[in-house]
Amino acid sequence: KQNAAAQKQAEPAVLQPTPQPKDDFQEELVVRPLHSGDIYASFQFRTLWETDFMRGNKVSHYRLFPKSLGQVISKFSVRELHISFTQGYWRTMQWGQPYLPSPPGAELWVWFQDSVTDVDATWKELTNVLSGIFCASLNFIDSTNTVQPSASFKPLGIGNVTDHRFLRYATLPREIVCTENLTPWKKLLPCGSKAGLAVLLKSEKLFHSSFHSQAVHIRPVCQDWQCKTTSWELRQTLNVVFDLHNSGQGKREWSLFKMFSRTLTEACPLASSSKIYIDITDNPEQFELSPATSLLSQAMVLGDRRTFSVYDLTQQDTFGSVRSLNLLIRWKSTEGDMLRPLLHAERYVAGYGLQTGEIHTLMYNHHPYRSFPVLLLDSVPWYLRLYIHTLTVTSKGKDNKPSYIHYQPSKDRVRPHLLEMLVQLPPNSVTEVTVQFERALLKWTEYTPDPNHGFYVGSSVISSLVPSTVAMDTNSTRERPLFSSFFPCKEESSYFVRVYTEPLLVNLPTPDFSMPYNVICLTCTVVAVGYGSLYNLLTRSFQIEEPSPGLAKRIANVIRKMRGVPPL
Amino acid sequence: MFLSERRRGQLAALSIAAVVIIVGVPLWWRTTETYRAWLPVSQIKELAKLQLQLSADVEVVFARGTVTPEQQKKVPLTQTQEEERAIDGDLIILFLILLIRNTKLESKFFSCHVLFLPEDTALSESPCGSLVVYVIPESSSLLPEDVNVYIGQRRTALLRIGPQMRVGKTLEQLLAHLEPRIKQVLQVMSFSHNDITAALSDRVRFSPDNKESIADSMRAFKSSPGYEITFSLLNPDPKSHRLHWDIEGAVQTYIQPLLTKLSPVANFSIDSQTLYYTMLGVNPRFDTSRSAYTLNADSLAHVINPVEARLGSNAASSNPVLNFLLYVPDAQHSPLYIQGRKKQEVPSNAFHSPRWGGIMVYNVNGFYGSEPEFPVDINIDMAKVMGVFLAQLRLLLGVQSSTPPPGFLVARCGSTGLADWELDRLMWSRSVENVATATTTITSLAQLLDQIGNIVINDNIAQQVSSAVTSLQLAVAELEAGNLGFALQYSKEAILASEKAFFDPSLLHLLYFPDDQKFAIYIPLFLPMCVPILLSLLKIVSEARQRLEC
Repeated sequence: KQNAAAQKQAEPAVLQPTPQPKDDFQEELVVRPLHSGDIYASFQFRTLWETDFMRGNKVSHYRLFPKSLGQVISKFSVRELHISFTQGYWRTMQWGQPYLPSPPGAELWVWFQDSVTDVDATWKELTNVLSGIFCASLNFIDSTNTVQPSASFKPLGIGNVTDHRFLRYATLPREIVCTENLTPWKKLLPCGSKAGLAVLLKSEKLFHSSFHSQAVHIRPVCQDWQCKTTSWELRQTLNVVFDLHNSGQGKREWSLFKMFSRTLTEACPLASSSKIYIDITDNPEQFELSPATSLLSQAMVLGDRRTFSVYDLTQQDTFGSVRSLNLLIRWKSTEGDMLRPLLHAERYVAGYGLQTGEIHTLMYNHHPYRSFPVLLLDSVPWYLRLYIHTLTVTSKGKDNKPSYIHYQPSKDRVRPHLLEMLVQLPPNSVTEVTVQFERALLKWTEYTPDPNHGFYVGSSVISSLVPSTVAMDTNSTRERPLFSSFFPCKEESSYFVRVYTEPLLVNLPTPDFSMPYNVICLTCTVVAVGYGSLYNLLTRSFQIEEPSPGLAKRIANVIRKMRGVPPL
Repeated sequence: MFLSERRRGQLAALSIAAVVIIVGVPLWWRTTETYRAWLPVSQIKELAKLQLQLSADVEVVFARGTVTPEQQKKVPLTQTQEEERAIDGDLIILFLILLIRNTKLESKFFSCHVLFLPEDTALSESPCGSLVVYVIPESSSLLPEDVNVYIGQRRTALLRIGPQMRVGKTLEQLLAHLEPRIKQVLQVMSFSHNDITAALSDRVRFSPDNKESIADSMRAFKSSPGYEITFSLLNPDPKSHRLHWDIEGAVQTYIQPLLTKLSPVANFSIDSQTLYYTMLGVNPRFDTSRSAYTLNADSLAHVINPVEARLGSNAASSNPVLNFLLYVPDAQHSPLYIQGRKKQEVPSNAFHSPRWGGIMVYNVNGFYGSEPEFPVDINIDMAKVMGVFLAQLRLLLGVQSSTPPPGFLVARCGSTGLADWELDRLMWSRSVENVATATTTITSLAQLLDQIGNIVINDNIAQQVSSAVTSLQLAVAELEAGNLGFALQYSKEAILASEKAFFDPSLLHLLYFPDDQKFAIYIPLFLPMCVPILLSLLKIVSEARQRLEC
């Protein structure tokens, strides 16, 4: 009977040539041991799909690309979508530059296609849908925290649209990122968390870390170098920094199991490439790797030439005889120091009292001899009323005039302030941007449930082309062929960096919320007292009344009557 | 002097009371009232009774040999048959059947044409919702011996006149004999009491005797202006199976014709996805006698839940989603068969879940060959899969495939998978259902707004409500006139408008001040102001009464 069943099944086995899939999936994990002893792990999952969402094409058959995001792109005519959820703040001075920067909280920026007529309505609807997809409070994005940056956020994919009417940018600095955001994010992966690198993504470890950031980037890219066909790229990234003392028990020794409480046993069978990179540039002798790998790879990352040990998970011998990969990184010494990041920024609120204040933004250029321009973007909510005439930019004690300023004043309860400027940072200097503001009084229904906590102001965004460290390296200490080191290579001479500052927490004057009722009671009582006396005066009639004789007098009169004497 | 002073006090008290009543009370009323736009309450109340009248045009064509020419001239041009059925309490459904004698009778059609030909003739091009019944003589060879009624693909039926109706009977006898049989045809091809009851299932409590029809009516999706159809290929084992399915071509070939045909009823959108590492909710049991894994019918209910979390809802619309899952069991649990309640194998190896979708298990162990080398490339046979899904789709969309009464022969549906009259039948029940749903929505909204006085009714809601009411009235009128297409159109508009009004977020901004808090705020002002006024008014009244008595 089994044979019969098998035959029944075999019958429709029409031998057709299997079509070449038009989509491709790659996964990658980069581990960078940090000088502080912490460890930085960055996951990237990339799905490329040769299809066309543009011009209202109806795309409806999905294989590796997640259906929910595909539907969002085609329904809302999105050209590019970048969304990130971050818990914790990236400490640039301790950790260096991240591979993918993101501000604390949630950040969303979207380029729409130029066929969209009502961008604001589409944006509103899109944020609501994304809020459902990612289980986040993106539905709180409205016109009061959305801006249209004129220069800071250029499309990262192909297409030369620069009309910023089709760009929307919003941040929610208060957004708390947790498991409920990670689960839908993992669901977008073709293998889910069942196979491949994604098995490492266990929330109980990921959220027990100093920094956690997950992001989704969608953009159109070229299929080949000639760019004859376009495809869509979905990049899902997850960055996490594990703390030396908190997760590492103070020992400078990390393994996959210690970081994620899992080891790897297989690559995702759908992935065309599945690799782990360990950054061993800083000092190959400083730490040892086990199992050792002979595969090395060099790449230019953030203007620096880095060397990586590569583990290819699609090769069976990577997993060894135990059929499981547990990478171990052990420090041998704690010496050596980190190359200071060339660009770095800080921000704080100064001033006292609850009426006015001053926002200070400090931008550091650590390059010894080159100055470079940076684009600063500030989006400040309307309830901090910026005095734009007090805007000063100083570096090295001298006035530094920005070469480009784009300022859009706020409208109360409608839109925030937008301040963008292009500032030249002199070499080895601190540039300070200050602007004063006045705190507005909100209506009593506009306060958050915990107004005394303060109100968040999103991070400033500093985008810049920073001169490369390789180009800076004139007295080359590294081993390089002599012929390569005389002229700095033009392509590598600068690289793009985006730096986010801390979000601000500003106190606003908060009323006593039981006050309205107290005021009502008090006024009513005053009115009632005044009205009562007036009423009495108007309606009562007054007359003189004979006072009745006192008790002693009455008794005396009675006695006098008995005695027959006339009364008093 | 004394009297006039008293008088002055009284006058002052009266005038203060007058000022409070004339100025204060209206001022307080105006400043605290909520905005409530006017709603057509009386019309809504009228609609709530839901008196539906359905009428279908039935054209009856007498073929040669059924009536004599003299009789034919005497056949009344129109004849109305009414049937009244109360479904529940105040709901009264009137079935109204119009019999129209065909004046352009060309009986030669039947003499020379072979069986089933009326499909192609121009005569069969009747508008949506109407029927043409051709009455043919008893001796006609058009139909097989034991078949009395033949139902075509379009809106036509052939009716054998019956043995007792020889030529020579009077016309009245003939019509009286035909009438119940035409009604029977109508019940198969347009609407029957059960259909309408099922369509009204939201408003009507079922009597327990017709369990079968409850199950039928629960299976189909509720009426909606659009549906999303999602085909998902579940591959729990991508390491062993590399599956390829030509879903795009299959949809074009098998599903699209049916949906094009159904486009007057609703809008459909189709998409597909492939999901990996999706497990069923139950572990299949190994059956040693068949050396195969089996899923019991009882455990099927638990299969869907873990899968559904992965399916994802439609991000881009809020229409109901019909899910069709093709499950390819992993290599370790293969082959997998679904076992019916009586332990027998289900031939299609598929099942459906009411108002949710269908699941088919597709075994691929036949592709392994003698020495399988994983991963195996597998091309899925879409014709087999789509055959199952198409049948499930018909069921879930509520295309009734009830068994016809004995003596009926139903033509096989053609390439579209749906006969015209089946579409009509669906449209009838959908129109009634839409009307009923929209009425319920509008009535409950009106009730809610009536009960809670604090809800603000904005102009846009009032406008939606009135447009819903207008559309409803039009839909009811069109049903009465027998214009099925328009009726469905208006009923869809009514549903859209009523839902829009009901789910408008501005209704939620209700100004909710509980009564006790309101009093707490009013008392400090109102108590000290009103007590002296009331007391002095009482005093004035009692004094006036005393004076009258004196």
